[in-house]
Amino acid sequence: MSLAKRIIPCLDVDNGRVVKGVKFVDIRDAGDPVEIARRYDREGADEITFLDITATHDNRDTIVHVVEQVASEVFIPLTVGGGIRTLDDIRRMLNAGADKVGINSAAVFRPEFVKEAAEKFGSQCIVVAIDAKKVSPEGEENRWEIFTHGGRKPTGIDAVEWAVKMMNFGAGEILLTSMDRDGTKSGFDLALTRAISEAVGIPVIASGGVGNLDHLADGILEGKADAVLAASIFHFGEYTIEQAKRHMQARGIEVRL
Amino acid sequence: MSSVAVIDYGMGNLHSIAKALQHADPQTQVQISADAKVIQDADRVVFPGVGAIRDCMQSLRALNLVEPIMQAAREKPFLGVCLGMQALLTDSEENGGIGCLNLFPGHVRRFTDGLRDQHGGILKVPHMGWNRVKQKSHPLWHNIAQDSRFYFVHSYFVTPDREEDSIATSDYPDPFTCALARDNMFAVQFHPEKSQEVGLQLLQNFLRWDGAA
Repeated sequence: MSLAKRIIPCLDVDNGRVVKGVKFVDIRDAGDPVEIARRYDREGADEITFLDITATHDNRDTIVHVVEQVASEVFIPLTVGGGIRTLDDIRRMLNAGADKVGINSAAVFRPEFVKEAAEKFGSQCIVVAIDAKKVSPEGEENRWEIFTHGGRKPTGIDAVEWAVKMMNFGAGEILLTSMDRDGTKSGFDLALTRAISEAVGIPVIASGGVGNLDHLADGILEGKADAVLAASIFHFGEYTIEQAKRHMQARGIEVRL
Repeated sequence: MSSVAVIDYGMGNLHSIAKALQHADPQTQVQISADAKVIQDADRVVFPGVGAIRDCMQSLRALNLVEPIMQAAREKPFLGVCLGMQALLTDSEENGGIGCLNLFPGHVRRFTDGLRDQHGGILKVPHMGWNRVKQKSHPLWHNIAQDSRFYFVHSYFVTPDREEDSIATSDYPDPFTCALARDNMFAVQFHPEKSQEVGLQLLQNFLRWDGAA
């Protein structure tokens, strides 16, 4: 095999600044997104994901400008998620220079949106973002449910079934976040990651909970993910992307160095 | 000043490739166009594309772009990318079988679902990410190391009838042709515009290429 497993740094962008909260509160400022994207590109990031968490509609154009600036000098795949609700939103991001968009709650509210988006723009640019939380009691067979509103609102939808449905609706990739782990630095939910990755035929990006480099490798080796996404361990300079790749390579994972 | 026309036929996002071409050679005039005249007058032509092959062929016909493309492919340095590569074959099995431009005799087939790598991991379709490219000698590989990784995202791959048309291969898990070349034509399955330095190098090589193999 020679397809490399991917490392994707994620930039949570609020009003044009990179931030990363712990369980979506206590947000720390991590800096200028264009500068950070440039650094990740130099360090060997395989892709970069921007998650726009800007709350007010008026300020949503800031992410477009960020993407435009990054796309004019960083030539690796760029994904933008957060607030993608219409075909126009997608077109705007692609025109700004994004290669893929992440669709999250809009897919939950109206799954056909994913189908329409894939038909219009092609599956290769449609990433369905799934926020899942374990709902089965300890000791019982694992079951995860889809949550919306930053992990606050349950939907009753089974996460594995949802992933398969999204694949059938034309998603090209799944970005899977464990809401139990996000921001905790205790590692991916490996059982969840594996359950979804083995259930779908499309690539799965594991997200939520990375606190050290072994967590990244575990996501690939035990979670069977095709790519791993992390935010804070890279933003605050704890590790570089290159260190992460060397570590994964030492654990027998094929990476791009 | 030399010029390159990026053919715009409504199949996907051409901003990335236009920006990358401009970055690879700031002196080149990059034009995104569906105008036959612009394509005719350009020194070089890039034929990009993402999406499904039926829509691709329909758009080319609806916009009267088949003849300008065939002419450019005969006359000047011509680069097909991704779907713009697959459209150069005889036909594709996508969408139940679609006839294509037949500039490279051969067929486009889909990766088999559910294949596994040697560790037992499922090989996902689309084939997405950075894979090694084993190149054969050609001027467009200038300054690009053997086995360099390029960024791919595709579910279908080309199988040229003539082995000599294949100018590079990748493995997934079996070897498949990821670049084609003949005379002034070159085509790649991966995305040079998303492949960082090696991709920009390939685009720069194309922008300096006189079309001689």
